[in-house]
Amino acid sequence: VYNFAANYFQEKVIPGHETRSVEALCWAAGDRLFGAGLSGDITEYDLALLCVARSVDGCGGPIWSMAANSSGTQLAIGCEDGSVKLFQVVPGGIQFERNLDRRKGRILCLSWHPSDTHIAAGSIDFLRVFDVCSGNSQIMVNYHVLKVRRECIVWSIAFLSSGTVITSDSFGRVQFWDWQRGTLMESHTVSTSAVLSLAVSEKEDSIIVGTSTGATYQFQLLPVKMGSLEKRWVRTKPFQHHTHDVRAVAHSSTALISGGLDAQLVIRPLMEKMQKKGYDAALRKFTFPHRRLVSCARKARLLLFQFSQHLELWRLGSTDETGKDGEVLPLCRMPEHLVQLKSKGPEHIYCSCVSPCGSWVAYSTASRFHLYRVQYEGDGISIKKVPKVPKLLLPAYQLQFSSDSGSLFVASARGSVHVLQLLEPGGCKHLHTFRPPSGSPEAVYLLASSADGHWLAAVGGDWAIHIYDLKCFKHHCTVPTYSCAVTALAIHPVTNNLVIAYSDQQLFEFSIPEKQYTAWSRMVQNCGLHRVWLERDSPITHITFNPKNPSHILLHDIYMFCVLDKSLPLPDNSALLMNQSTLKQLPETARQRQLHAFKICKKFQPLLFADLLDENCLVMVERPIMDIKTQLPLPIQQKKFGT
Amino acid sequence: MYSVATEETLRVMGGHADLVTGVQLNPHNHMQLYSSSLDGSIKLWDFMDGIPIKTFTVGSKLLALYALASSEDSVFVVIPKSDTFQLVSVKLTKAAGQDLEAKELSVVLDGVDTSPKRIAFGREGEYVASVKEVNLQVFFFKRKQLNRFSVSAIKTKSGNNHFTCIACHPTEDCIATGHADGKIRLWRNFYHKKDYTFSTLHWHHDTVMDLAFSMEGTSLLSGGVESVLVLWHNESDCQKDFLPRLGSAIEYISMSSDGALCCTLHTDNRITIINSNLRFSKSIQGLIKSKTGLVVDPRTKALVLNGEPGHLQFYCLQSDQQLFSLDIVQRQYIHQAGLNQADLVKVAFSAQGKWLATVEEREEVTDPELQLKLWFYDEETQSFKLNTRINMPHEDHITDMCFREMDELEDDSLILVTAGRDCVFKVWVMVEDTDPEGSVSWSCDFVGSYHNYQATNCCFSEDGSLLAVSFEETVTVWDSVTWDLKCTFCHPPGKIRNICFGRLTCSKYLIGATDYGFLCCWNLLSCAMEWSAHLNVLVLQPDPLSEHIAAVSWLSKESSLFVFKPNEPRPIYIQRNLCKEKIQLAAFVPRDEPETIGSEKYHWLRRSQLFFLTDTQELMTLSTKSLEERLTPSSKQLAVEESLPVTPFSLLLGKHRRQQSHEDIDLGKLVHNKHKQESPAVKELLHTPAHVLPSASFLCPIFINSLLISKENKSAEEVADEVEMESEKTEDDSDEERGVTEMEQEDTSAMELLGEMTCKLSKSQEKELRKIRKMDYSWISAF
Repeated sequence: VYNFAANYFQEKVIPGHETRSVEALCWAAGDRLFGAGLSGDITEYDLALLCVARSVDGCGGPIWSMAANSSGTQLAIGCEDGSVKLFQVVPGGIQFERNLDRRKGRILCLSWHPSDTHIAAGSIDFLRVFDVCSGNSQIMVNYHVLKVRRECIVWSIAFLSSGTVITSDSFGRVQFWDWQRGTLMESHTVSTSAVLSLAVSEKEDSIIVGTSTGATYQFQLLPVKMGSLEKRWVRTKPFQHHTHDVRAVAHSSTALISGGLDAQLVIRPLMEKMQKKGYDAALRKFTFPHRRLVSCARKARLLLFQFSQHLELWRLGSTDETGKDGEVLPLCRMPEHLVQLKSKGPEHIYCSCVSPCGSWVAYSTASRFHLYRVQYEGDGISIKKVPKVPKLLLPAYQLQFSSDSGSLFVASARGSVHVLQLLEPGGCKHLHTFRPPSGSPEAVYLLASSADGHWLAAVGGDWAIHIYDLKCFKHHCTVPTYSCAVTALAIHPVTNNLVIAYSDQQLFEFSIPEKQYTAWSRMVQNCGLHRVWLERDSPITHITFNPKNPSHILLHDIYMFCVLDKSLPLPDNSALLMNQSTLKQLPETARQRQLHAFKICKKFQPLLFADLLDENCLVMVERPIMDIKTQLPLPIQQKKFGT
Repeated sequence: MYSVATEETLRVMGGHADLVTGVQLNPHNHMQLYSSSLDGSIKLWDFMDGIPIKTFTVGSKLLALYALASSEDSVFVVIPKSDTFQLVSVKLTKAAGQDLEAKELSVVLDGVDTSPKRIAFGREGEYVASVKEVNLQVFFFKRKQLNRFSVSAIKTKSGNNHFTCIACHPTEDCIATGHADGKIRLWRNFYHKKDYTFSTLHWHHDTVMDLAFSMEGTSLLSGGVESVLVLWHNESDCQKDFLPRLGSAIEYISMSSDGALCCTLHTDNRITIINSNLRFSKSIQGLIKSKTGLVVDPRTKALVLNGEPGHLQFYCLQSDQQLFSLDIVQRQYIHQAGLNQADLVKVAFSAQGKWLATVEEREEVTDPELQLKLWFYDEETQSFKLNTRINMPHEDHITDMCFREMDELEDDSLILVTAGRDCVFKVWVMVEDTDPEGSVSWSCDFVGSYHNYQATNCCFSEDGSLLAVSFEETVTVWDSVTWDLKCTFCHPPGKIRNICFGRLTCSKYLIGATDYGFLCCWNLLSCAMEWSAHLNVLVLQPDPLSEHIAAVSWLSKESSLFVFKPNEPRPIYIQRNLCKEKIQLAAFVPRDEPETIGSEKYHWLRRSQLFFLTDTQELMTLSTKSLEERLTPSSKQLAVEESLPVTPFSLLLGKHRRQQSHEDIDLGKLVHNKHKQESPAVKELLHTPAHVLPSASFLCPIFINSLLISKENKSAEEVADEVEMESEKTEDDSDEERGVTEMEQEDTSAMELLGEMTCKLSKSQEKELRKIRKMDYSWISAF
């Protein structure tokens, strides 16, 4: 779930389930999110606990489509067996209401008329309209007559208040039908391959369609002549941001949003709706989650990678040699894949962590929490599950080991954080549970502990940051609330200052002992950060520090790695933010004058993780896009040139 | 004005003093049209009769013209204003009189482009749109609102995205723009400054040259350098049709007002007429700009130049049309910049036009790829057929090529000589193939060289007994039977640029021009120089029908023409300042009938006409009459007989009348008599009342015969029929006889001339002349 107000931050993630593919999603009755899939269940999600709230069997086989009516009181689902079923959305669940007229052929798409009296449904070779009151259906279009040789699959449908039904089909057409007369008003062939998805703007003057070639097209309802009332749908802008099927599209008031098989979410703003140039007016592409998937055992030089259903533990290679900038040093020890931990069951992993000493690994799924003791015997490795872990409120949303590897912090629902004490040779004990003093319905999603084992910071879904005292197990203080999502936080090992990165790219430093923002943080707020920094694309996902130089803060997002030097002045908007290459060419005296706080490196992209192992060793984890692309099915081959 | 049904030129209207920049039909009278010109005037024509009705003088240069149905009494023109150009509307006054002043100008748009393709008027004249570089501006007449849009300038490898052309939808508010990167954008909602939107169509890989909407606006036509006409249906990227292989880049596209036809204008001076269902219908081909080759086809008397890439065009001078185009290279031409493709460099015809030799080469820096092809004229198919292809006839570029011009009909004597930069000249002869069909092919017979100099020119004497080949500074003369080197001439310093033999009475002379600025005449009998003159000759062209030789010189940035006979060093005609460009090639085209030329000065033009090709690929000729004189007869005649309906018959009648009236002055008595005999037949035919006339089948042969007899004199108007007559010629011996008599006539005339000359020059005069010659040649180079 992305928050548009917080710069499209990926705020909530509900981990998947192998047997529950989601074919349709819709919002109903306010902010309730429903999903339906080929498992045949209608699922309501709990957005506070980030899990399945309840699930109801649709009783019609796999569900291909689902739509809520305009008031959000009814849900219609289209099933494999050709039935359209109505469900009533009631507090605490949904209730089966009735079946509409059933015909053969799976219902692939559904759309309610804004007046809630009719439903248009597309299936293979047929386009039908249901009367909600009587439950009767009438065939509006029978493609079978029109096209004899190949079946025509209606992939997506939209019912406008004017009575126009818009369909997109496997022949690459977007067609506009008059529902009352059942006649074709306009037909636009946009692609040689299928048009898979379709979305209408709220004003019903613009639609977006996505095709299986990865292209999306905008259609606009424009007046044919100046001042005349006659309007026509015109294909206007084509966008090619995807390489594979565009499976889903959405039309916000200011942007076109598309998501595809290539695992990308693209937000393309509509320039004419923008008042001014700014953060919103730029094209956004999201490929990676906005959270940490890698954890690092600094002392043991281990990396733990979290995949959807397994974990991989790697030992880093090392070198004895030193070299100049840009050189690749020969390794004396190769990186080593130590162990692969497969999660049992169909559930996906929520979170995982490795302890700084490397001897503990923990992960959590929706229903289970696992803690492992890893022992190294020479080159061999033995892994042992810790028995009898305390029964906690599951799932765990974030796991964090203390820096001495003596305890494990488990972020849990309702703002609570559990502290487990780890016992040698392989056991654990529940020590304490922190709860915010005022209570909170939301789950904690980020944790940070101090190096001296004194403090713990926790952020919940309500974006409030609570700091707990680990020595006396009590709530210490709350950081003043800021109206944006926290994307990363960390406690400085020397000064015990909490550094917080927000999704609007602001940086704050909060002194835990003094319970207030530091002078540097106030200075940053007064001066403001550089414009280029604020317009950056992706949120900061990890913060770390250099123990040797306390004024350094190391930050990174997907596209850059930054060393923030607090001792240097902040750049103003006229200065160049990324001035490393120009600085290199300047003489020493001029360089001193040009220096500013931000030192940015964009060499590693996309950057999944960066951490300081020891004083002169930094680990970077890159996930090349090509690695992901090679796992995708082949895109549709298109001849680009020639006749 | 052309006929779209027959491709014929119907009328040539002239009257502007400079380049005509715009032609628009009068939207209020479909029989009239407006034209604009750089001379600053707008003319209103009755194009059916070719009569200028009114001339409006605007005063400044007019670069484009637009006429709108919605504006009753004004037209729009583009005029320069200091550095930029502006679109103004010109009020055309309704006052009486032919020549009017149109000074009421009002500016519509500033900063427009000069090209007429870059301004378009929208639906019912509601708005006007203009593009320049990356900017589009739309002006709404009623609201007086100007909206500007721009595309962000992107420079890519294939080019930039500047606007190149614009077209407006005839019924909707939609503007189509073409871009230099090959994209077409369709703009809509452009009356909102912010909410405007556009969609993109992309097929062209290079600049979109022009766009046109169909009459209903349901489809859009686009064309570019790919020479493919693209028809876009319903503004959709997926539905498009193509008309490929149109020959050359499309410059303009125009739709007929009924939507039945569209035509494309091409860079090679061609109009292609295309049906509404995108079928090629007709093409009107003019002269294609040509860099090499200017020869005369002896068979058709057409001028032969290389036309579209790899093709040879046969250009009819009388009708200003291409007769046909012969594909020489026979390879697909790829329209792409920077690609070296094989092209034609040399052409030569045998005397009878039976054989054609072509040289094509592909310009490669390291080694040129050469091909010599010999083509045989096939009577059955009436076209040239490839006979022999010789790969790499020379190691290096071929500099010159000529056939031995023998009037005998046997093919055995036919010899082709090629001179190359690889220091040899080669003689090619026909050999019979061993295969039973007894066909012939060409092979090399002799290779000659001279001191390892590059061979630059070759030329046969009129009787074919001698071959002259120039090797840099030296001219060598070879016996064409034994291939012995007979003698050499040279006139150092300076390399030989051109050589030619004198003809008829002057056949004992060899003329050569050097690049050091000398024109030399050698006597072949005495093997000594007869005379020489200081003249920087670029082109030396002998007239095949007389002794005259035309020399074009290039001095102080202008070309001058000198016509002389080899036997006397004094030129008989000098035309200084012929043109400002360098003249590259010249050719004498024999006239069908000797023209009577009053002035002695132009006597040398009696039998053939001289054509030049300049550096800028302009074809020029020397005329004894002024332009007005040549144009008037047809228009005058029409003006007089405008009461009569113009039918083919009446035209025929008019022709006969004219002939009769001019006969006495023009032609010999023999011809005159024949006409007298025939006229009663026609008269009788026309004056007898219809009901007493015998049947048409009876009258027809008489009438046709009467026409046929008149043909024998080959009046200029009836050249077109010549091809039909060819079959008759072959079986008719009299034709050959006629040729002989002609020859005799020629001889006598030559004799007469000679006689005149001898009469004129007394011995003392001759002495004096020689003295002058010895003393000072600089009279000729004084300028």
